[in-house]
Amino acid sequence: MIEIIAPGPLATVQDGGRPGYAASGVARSGAFDRAALALANRLVGNEAAAAGIEITFGGLAWRVRDAVTVALTGAPCPGLDWARAVSLPAGATVVLGPPTQGLRSYLALRGGLDVEPALGSRSTDTLGGLGPRPLRTGDLLGVAARTAGAPSDAVGAVEVRPRPLRLVPGPRRDWFAPDALRMLHTARWSVAADCDRIGIRLDGPALARARTDELPSEATLPGAVQVPHGGRPIILGPDAPVTGGYPVVAVLCEADLDAAAQLRPGQAVRFDLLR
Amino acid sequence: MRLLPYGEHAVLVELDDVTVVPQVAASLGSLDGVAEAVPGARTVLVRAAAGTEIHRLHPRIRERAARPGEVVGAVHPPRLVEIPVTYDGADLNELAARTGLSPREIVERHCATTYTVAFCGFAPGFAYLSGLDPVLQVPRRAQPRTSVPAGSVAVAGPYSAVYPRSSPGGWHLLGRSGITLFDLHHDPPALLAPPALVRFVPT
Repeated sequence: MIEIIAPGPLATVQDGGRPGYAASGVARSGAFDRAALALANRLVGNEAAAAGIEITFGGLAWRVRDAVTVALTGAPCPGLDWARAVSLPAGATVVLGPPTQGLRSYLALRGGLDVEPALGSRSTDTLGGLGPRPLRTGDLLGVAARTAGAPSDAVGAVEVRPRPLRLVPGPRRDWFAPDALRMLHTARWSVAADCDRIGIRLDGPALARARTDELPSEATLPGAVQVPHGGRPIILGPDAPVTGGYPVVAVLCEADLDAAAQLRPGQAVRFDLLR
Repeated sequence: MRLLPYGEHAVLVELDDVTVVPQVAASLGSLDGVAEAVPGARTVLVRAAAGTEIHRLHPRIRERAARPGEVVGAVHPPRLVEIPVTYDGADLNELAARTGLSPREIVERHCATTYTVAFCGFAPGFAYLSGLDPVLQVPRRAQPRTSVPAGSVAVAGPYSAVYPRSSPGGWHLLGRSGITLFDLHHDPPALLAPPALVRFVPT
């Protein structure tokens, strides 16, 4: 068991999420950077999608009640070795500083977090209100015994350096002016201040529409680049509404949604367009 | 019908006949290699299961989407859900003034039709119900409420809906129901999942 001393700006329990319930209005949720959670879990000998803690901009502090092996991946934070299994004795206290790069860190605990699942997932859905609420000071989190193997003595290497995010043209590209896709590719974008698990809003030039009528609501997926009336794109995150009425101009490649999870407000973003 | 690629693993199926969308979604969802088929107002988003390439599903998607009612065993007859409503909503009088109907006539018209769950969204268990009487089809409120009580029965645009839990909302409130709309221990968790049918019954 661990005791949360401070959650930092936002810390939530996340696992592989709850895909398959979109027709009931339920988002996928789950770790925003799924590769980072999978690596953390592999390092401590868990199943790749076991429940860990998604830490947003560091700041998480906890006290160890019972000795446990942990691993921290994603955005590296001072306070704990990065991307390797670490044994923490009972009584140890860990205080994470803000990450040196990236935004979201993942803490896996050997055995996985013992939290009541909702629809087969222990993930917090920050918009839909499913799963456990975000962590608070004083929370006690149990550790389960669901392991898949021995902890690894390897040291992981998840790339958190910025690189262009790869896109493919989206289902509603014909709702935009002919140069919209090219502009997405060539313009300089930056991450707006309101960037969370629901969506990453981008500042930059407005993408002009070829059609200005209302799009009847249609289903969306995390990684879709949706463009509201103002013309500023939003990359949908794992907690985004499952249906929406804004046209999708492009869709991120699945692997690059992990990279998008590490974008900080104010950071520059570039896109590569695959045809 | 158009098939619009949606990222690496999904395709958006745009249908010519919006009335068959929920049935087509149910049919496509039962195809081998399909992880999920999610209806929208006039589309179905089909996501491939792990290990299946989405473009390989295109021919079978086209085939099924063209004949929604004919797939034997794929679609069960839709359930009919009756929702008891106390018609004392905060917007009943305003809607009466706007439509030229009496509040009583609004209630009668709202109860007279059988609705279809077209799709879900906005919140877990929030169903967009199509089939609303054209006279009751009015745009959303100019000023959304910051909090609409759970169970509120409302209309906006071409849809009626019941708020599964308290949330902000811009729909016109006609009444309230005590029915549970979202249950984690039920499959599907939404009481009103497509393609269910719905009738409102005044209490």
